[in-house]
Order: sequence, then C-alpha cells, then structure tokens
Amino acid sequence: MNPERLTATFRKQFPGGPEIGVEDLRLDGGVTVLFGASGSGKTTLLRCLAGLERPDRGTIHFGGECWFAADRKYFLPARRRGVGFVPQDFALFPHLTVAGNIGYGLNPLSAGEREQRVAESLRWLGLEALAGRLPRELSGGQQQRVALARAVVRRPRLLLLDEPFAALDTPTRLRLRGELRQQLRHTGIPTVLVTHDRFEALALGDAVVVLHGGRNVQQGPVHEVFSRPVNLAVAEITAVETVQPGRIVEIQDGLATVTVGDVRLTAVAGDLPSGTREVYVCIRAEDVILMPPEAVQSSARNRLAVTVRQLVREGPLVCVHLAGSFPLTALLTQPACQELALREGAPLIALVKAPQVHLIPFVR
Amino acid sequence: MSPADWQIVGFSLRMALFSLALVVPPGLALAWWLAKFHWRGKTLIETFVTLPLVLPPVVTGLVLLQFFGRHGVGGWLHRVLGLDVVFTWRAVAVALAAMSLPLFVRAARTAFEEVEVKFEQLARTLGAGEWRIFFTITLPLARRGVLAGVLLAFARSLGEFGATIMVAGNIPGRTTTLPVAIYEAVQADEDNHAWVLAMVSAGVAFAAVYASEKLSRRR
Repeated sequence: MNPERLTATFRKQFPGGPEIGVEDLRLDGGVTVLFGASGSGKTTLLRCLAGLERPDRGTIHFGGECWFAADRKYFLPARRRGVGFVPQDFALFPHLTVAGNIGYGLNPLSAGEREQRVAESLRWLGLEALAGRLPRELSGGQQQRVALARAVVRRPRLLLLDEPFAALDTPTRLRLRGELRQQLRHTGIPTVLVTHDRFEALALGDAVVVLHGGRNVQQGPVHEVFSRPVNLAVAEITAVETVQPGRIVEIQDGLATVTVGDVRLTAVAGDLPSGTREVYVCIRAEDVILMPPEAVQSSARNRLAVTVRQLVREGPLVCVHLAGSFPLTALLTQPACQELALREGAPLIALVKAPQVHLIPFVR
Repeated sequence: MSPADWQIVGFSLRMALFSLALVVPPGLALAWWLAKFHWRGKTLIETFVTLPLVLPPVVTGLVLLQFFGRHGVGGWLHRVLGLDVVFTWRAVAVALAAMSLPLFVRAARTAFEEVEVKFEQLARTLGAGEWRIFFTITLPLARRGVLAGVLLAFARSLGEFGATIMVAGNIPGRTTTLPVAIYEAVQADEDNHAWVLAMVSAGVAFAAVYASEKLSRRR
C-alpha cells in the first residue's frame, strides 16, 4: 500500500448552512482533483484536510498517521500536519517580501539553510529578480508562484491547492495551467487541487473526486470519470454534452442495443445492473466523428444521419450542434471544420464507436 | 515658563509615558483576546473595560483610592514590599493607566479584528505557533491601529484630571500634573499662568491626536 495514502470519512455541519459528508475518500500520489460546482463543498473539504476546519464526526488518516478521529476527540492541528496550503487568493503576507513569504515556514532551520532553500525555490520558479518585492507589487501569476513556493519550500507531505487559477485573468490562466502541471510533477508531492473547471481538471489531474451536494459521488482516473459518469448528476457536473434517455432492447456478448428516439445505438454494456431497461445515453463531444454524407463504410458501430444546427467557436475548437433523431454535439478543430466545409443546415454522417457510448441506469 | 512649570510639564510627560508602559502589554493581550475569541460572558468583560471611559473620572479615582488604600491592596503592598502608592507619583501613573486603558484596548481590538483570519490560518499551515503568529503576522498587520491607540492613550493620560486628583492629590513637585496645575492656577487667580500651561497642554494633545488620525486614516 502507498504510504502517502490519505483516507477520510467525515461529516461537517455548518450552523444553518450546508452539510458536507465524505464517504471513504481515498487519495494516492499524483494530482487528485476535487471537482464540483460552487457550493458543492470542495473548499470546506480541503480546509478539513489542511486542519483549518474541524469535522464533527468521522476520521482522517494520512500515511498511517491519524489526523482526526472524532470518537477519540483527536484533532491534529494544522501546524503539525506538514501540509502545504495554497488558498484561492494566495493570502501572501502583505507586509513581507517575496523572500520573507517563502521563508516564513522554514523557521526551524538555521539561517543559512533557510536562505539556501529560499534561493533554490526562487530559482526554481524564476522569481530571483522579485525576491525583495512586496506582494502588492506582483502580478497575479507571480503571486501564484510565490504562494506555491511558500507551500512547497517546506517539503510538505501533501499539497493542497484551492482553485489556483481563480484569481487570475483568462490569458494568464491558460498560460499558467501548463506550467503548474510541470511544477507539480517536479515536486513529486501528492497534491489535492480544487477546481470547478473541467479543462483544468483534465489538464492537471491524474485522479478526480467529483463532489455534489457536499458528497463525494464518484472517484477514479480523470478520463474514466469524465467519460463514464456513474449517474445523471455527475454527467451534468462533468458537462457531458449529449445526455439522452434511451431504452435497452437487448444485451448480447457484452454489447447493448439501445433505442434513442427512432435510432438504434450499440454500446458496451459494462457493469450495468442486470434487468436495466431505462438508461441515459452519454456521448462526449470529442468522441463524435463527422464525415460527408457520401462517405463509405467504417468500423464505428453507430452511424447517424444528422444536419448541422449551429457552429460555436471555442478557441482553437468548434462546437458543432447537430440535429437528427436526437440532438448531438461534436467537438472539432478549426481546420477539420474548414475541410468539411461545415455550415448550418449541411447534411453529415456522425460516427460514434460503441465503447464511447456510455450508459447510466435510469433511477426513478 | 518658570522652572517649576518645566518640572510640571516634564513630570506629566514622564507619567504619561510610564502609564503607557503599564497599559500596552496587558492592553495588547486583552485586545487580542477580545478580538479573536468568542465566549459566553464576553460582553461583561467588554463592559468593564469600557466603564472608566464613561464613569466620572472621580469615581474611577475613588475606586482606585479604595483599592490602593490602607485597607486594600495598598496596605499589603506597604507591609510586604514597603511601597506606598496613594498620594505618590505611583498613584499618578496608576490613575493615568486606568483612564487610558479603555481607549487603547478599543483601538487595538479594532485593529486586530481588521487583520484577516486567512493570514493567521496560513501561518498555521506553515508550522507557526500562536505566539509567533501574533508577533510576526497579527501585530505587524495591525501596527497602524495599535500605534494610533498608543497615541490616543498618551494624549488621554496628559489630560487626565479627576482620577489623578483623587488618588494622587496635588503635592507640588511630587504629584502635580499639567491639568491639576492649570486648575490650581485658576483657583489662585493666576489666569495668565493657567493660559501658558493650557497652551502647552493643547499643543502636545494636538500633536498626538493629529498623528493618531494620520495613522488610522491612511492605509
């Protein structure tokens, strides 16, 4: 078993506010994304892990050490957990310089060692020239790096980042996303990162925990959770573009035949509970392939006649909303769009491979 | 200004500074406690702290006189340590301290409350203990407000009359402060003398309050 593993099951009720309840949360190494809409309890969960909030019930363990056990009234305070915490607004100490901020948590070390570690982390994040500046003299991106350095320089056992891009403007956000991925890789410290942005989750996370209404509703590798949501709520949070009610006609050799509107789709049945009839059919936009209507045979099981309803540009990509037996959305690159000469009203063939049609049992 | 006047001014300034030394350490602790913690009965403590601000100063003086008198703590101090408080310079310092504590605590408390909790919490995640957080985060971030409180307390001390005259009396050269000397001058029909001392008093008070306003406004 991974010695860094964090396990938590706890509840926290705010007076007159929402309750968050985490069941059997497990985090391994790498970057785990806490994903959910605002108000889903992500920040509270993170603060409970940091030791800044005390849950009402349950337990939190990390690497064989107890951090919280309600029945023994045991609570390890934040300052003894050895975690690095980066809050949403970074909370850089306004009266200390960049170097002073980064060195703040190195108090137990000798002055020489402290200086050396601060210098190392300044170099690592390219902040050398800013060492003597005050936080208010820094740009948002620089502040983010200082906050990261301050947390990492103590070599924490666990790194907690709350919406690290929330305080930044969009261009900075996009530029820093890739950098942060590198930086987190470089540290090798197990990380929990809170976000409500699925592109951030996909870009930064190894694993994801989806929170909904204060509960952890699904956890697993990012791509798996995002393409195979366990229920309608997760499908909505992870913004699966196409979710349509359907009916299972038959299941044979692990393949399910489902009717949606007046078409039949083939899907991998997976671990659907036996006897499931009513389902939701989920198809991610990036899994939909578009071809001209005269195109020939392909291996994809699902071949749908559609027409373009609307084209929406999203940066380098185009979101293509299609009309057919049921509304379907595809995500294409700009060049692909031009090659197909897509315009509204154009007839097309949409292809979806069977493993990319995900079925969620319908629960009344 | 006669040498006696200079003595009075010097004595008053020294006493005001000395009372600051008595007020600031416990005042900081009290202000921090009131700003950062919530408990049942807190309002009672707050009321007691503020009381000297609204009571007639002579009443505060009367309480101090009783407390430090022969039958109170003063008797014990006299027997055990050989210290006399009442009608000495010590009584002046105690009276000034009692009268300026509320002002200082109110100012420092507001300053501490304005320090955002997030900085203190973050310092905790960086392994800092509460003492270190107070001296490296809370106090530096609240320094303007605390300093404004120090200046207000100082100015209040310089102007104190009622409590001082009750516990320290008016012993020329030993317990006479500026306000007491002004009162005495008017009683003795020496209006010009009173006005000279009044101008000095107003000048120092103006400087202290002006600096205090500057500190608490400019952020």
